[in-house]
Amino acid sequence: MFRRFTPALAVIALSSTVAFAQGAKPTDPQIAHIAYTAGQIDIEAAQLALKVSKNKDVRAFAENMVKDHTNVNKLALDLCKKLNVTPEDNATSQALAKQAAAKRAELEKLSGAAFDKAYIANEVAYHKTVNEAVEKVLIPSSSNAELKSLLQTGLKIFQGHQQHAEHAAMSVK
Amino acid sequence: MNLQRLFAGVVLAATTLTLAAAAPVDILAQVKPGTPAKPAPAKVVQIVITNVAFENVNTPLRVGDIVEFVNKDSFDHTATAKNKDFDVAVPVGKKARVTLKRAGVIDYFCRYHPNMTGALPVRQ
Repeated sequence: MFRRFTPALAVIALSSTVAFAQGAKPTDPQIAHIAYTAGQIDIEAAQLALKVSKNKDVRAFAENMVKDHTNVNKLALDLCKKLNVTPEDNATSQALAKQAAAKRAELEKLSGAAFDKAYIANEVAYHKTVNEAVEKVLIPSSSNAELKSLLQTGLKIFQGHQQHAEHAAMSVK
Repeated sequence: MNLQRLFAGVVLAATTLTLAAAAPVDILAQVKPGTPAKPAPAKVVQIVITNVAFENVNTPLRVGDIVEFVNKDSFDHTATAKNKDFDVAVPVGKKARVTLKRAGVIDYFCRYHPNMTGALPVRQ
């Protein structure tokens, strides 16, 4: 019974995260923190996948997630340093982290094809949600032009990840 | 003597006619598709990758030409043909070459970021 309701809860939690972010316009230090946190969550999920999965497509996808998100986060930290901005923790970052911890606990119980399927399905959903937040909240809210530009580049990369995950989803059916 | 001259003249005229007739045949052979007398030498055309996008190609491409993908972006990419003619990794700061095998519009994309796409119009 609990298991059946988990995906629904996940969707509600993610939706409320976006809803919150839309309600209160985040500041640049908060935006930097949210973007960094979102990337870090995906790196950790990919590291779990590399530990558990034996599927060639899933592993290739996960390896790319580690590489790209590490890269984007490095660019973000470099920019913060350059602009003398300290990323600021906030309710959206905390909601993302909480949601990710719950998802991770769920994934850690799985192995084999069940893990692959759940991991990729979550990657599709996660990128979809984060991309929507980046596009509709973070980019319009950012005041610094360089931060906005980095988010726009990030969005193109993340939209690519969403499509890549959608392709991978077909091979783990 | 007169006969000899006439004969020589006929032979000369016939030779000229043969040469004249042969010339257009050669020209026809040159324009005949698929059998060029002097094929254009293969060239290398660069496609630069920047800001999560492939550069557009304006140079006319032919079968046998080489396309060199140059990654000047901050992310690793691939250049992967939809028809599976080629699939090369193009890491940050690196170049990768592919040879065009057939005529037609060759659609390609990046496997890591399938929203990055391009098309190569290739002539015979």
